[in-house]
Amino acid sequence: MKIFFVIVMLLLPHLACALEVPQLRGRVNDYANMLSPDAAGRLEQLLADFEKSDSTQIVVLTIDSLEGESLEGYSIKVAEAWQIGRKKLDNGAILLIAKQERKIRIEVGRGLEGVLTDLVSGRIIRGDMSPYFRKNDYDNGIIAGVSSIIQVVRGEYQAQPRDLKQGKNGANPVFTLLVFLLVAVVFLGSFSKFLGGAAGAAGLPLIGFLTFPGLGIVVLALLGAAGFVLGLVVTFLFGSGGHGSSGGFGGPFIGGGFGGGSSGGGGFGGFSGGGGSFGGGGASGNW
Amino acid sequence: MKKNMYVLLGLILVFNMSGCGYNSMQAGEEAVFAAWGDVEATYQRRSDLIPNLVEVVKGYATHEAETLKAVTEARAKVGSIQVSKDILKNPEAMAKFQDAQGQLSGSLSRLMVVVERYPDLKANQNFMDLQNQLEGTENRINVSRVRYNKAVQDFNTSIRTFPNSLTNSLLLHLERKEPFKADEGAKIAPKVKF
Repeated sequence: MKIFFVIVMLLLPHLACALEVPQLRGRVNDYANMLSPDAAGRLEQLLADFEKSDSTQIVVLTIDSLEGESLEGYSIKVAEAWQIGRKKLDNGAILLIAKQERKIRIEVGRGLEGVLTDLVSGRIIRGDMSPYFRKNDYDNGIIAGVSSIIQVVRGEYQAQPRDLKQGKNGANPVFTLLVFLLVAVVFLGSFSKFLGGAAGAAGLPLIGFLTFPGLGIVVLALLGAAGFVLGLVVTFLFGSGGHGSSGGFGGPFIGGGFGGGSSGGGGFGGFSGGGGSFGGGGASGNW
Repeated sequence: MKKNMYVLLGLILVFNMSGCGYNSMQAGEEAVFAAWGDVEATYQRRSDLIPNLVEVVKGYATHEAETLKAVTEARAKVGSIQVSKDILKNPEAMAKFQDAQGQLSGSLSRLMVVVERYPDLKANQNFMDLQNQLEGTENRINVSRVRYNKAVQDFNTSIRTFPNSLTNSLLLHLERKEPFKADEGAKIAPKVKF
């Protein structure tokens, strides 16, 4: 019995990942190849322009098949993974199309639920999209759907100048602090190796605390110890004429965890969600 | 000198608390309350929707008084249950709440099945709008329940694992919260009779 349980537990992750969330490639993610290149390009431009003016993010995803998963379940999974829409404003929407099942869903971020209600979303699917889809005119169907969504949510939010710069500034404070610490360690280390270590021991936990205010004392202590060792190493490297290779210390430490910044409007490359949250609002339909 | 020692000891204690989960457990409990607020709001949204739905269906589906009555009664029952934050640590109250909501879900899905027999109603713009709203609401309920259960699981785990368990039993006395169980009604798909 116990072994059975273990096996089930081992299998569970595979079941849960039956249909993985695809990578966010841009504003138009045409995994089912339903759009012509021309239409895809136009949509991408339309959505990029709209984000620039309104800061609202709208993303299109087409998939070949749901592979047995429920449309709503898959849709919220995608929404949680991609986090379309700005953080706190939650002004994102996802237009999801499952080709084989002939299903359409508009998943609406919390911040847009007030205007892009379930009722309105349902009408967009029924009235604006399905007629085209029934004629296999996916290009116009999707463009009509996206245009209707934009029409409905236009003016709900305005882009702030800082929205456009955020992406570049997001990870900067940590970098700045670490570089500052490095300079301090090298400077103090030139007096004595111990002083360099001490600077590291004090500085690293401080940076850690400033960046992630929730850190416990144990983690901070560990950071302190690590800082001491790193401080000594840096001092040692510089003291013995080591090359500038120590610049790499900051790299791996902050490498992860900062992907979630928001993209500035504009270019196709480097598009990402801005941390918007979804509560399951929206509507589903078919054609 | 001795006084200084006490101050130092106090400071160490205060800083150690964040390591013992004193703050994180309370943050976790607040997360549970917030998630519960969402659950309640989505259920309320459904209750608010029902009178409109019943009204529209009544106009077309004249022979379904029974089904409609079941929905109305289930809604009334849901409305009669007093819900407060205390329900979260009370398995019985939670089961009662869930039972009432489950009954409403059941009667609603029966209604939606019955409706299939009335093409005129299904083509009615009002009804289609309401159907979208109801589906959206049911979906929100699902999402909020899943998130609530996740918050509860995180919280329950956090108060039971060391060293948080110690902090909790000594200082906080936070109680375990009740997650939603899979609905009995959800397991039995409504039958279609022709």
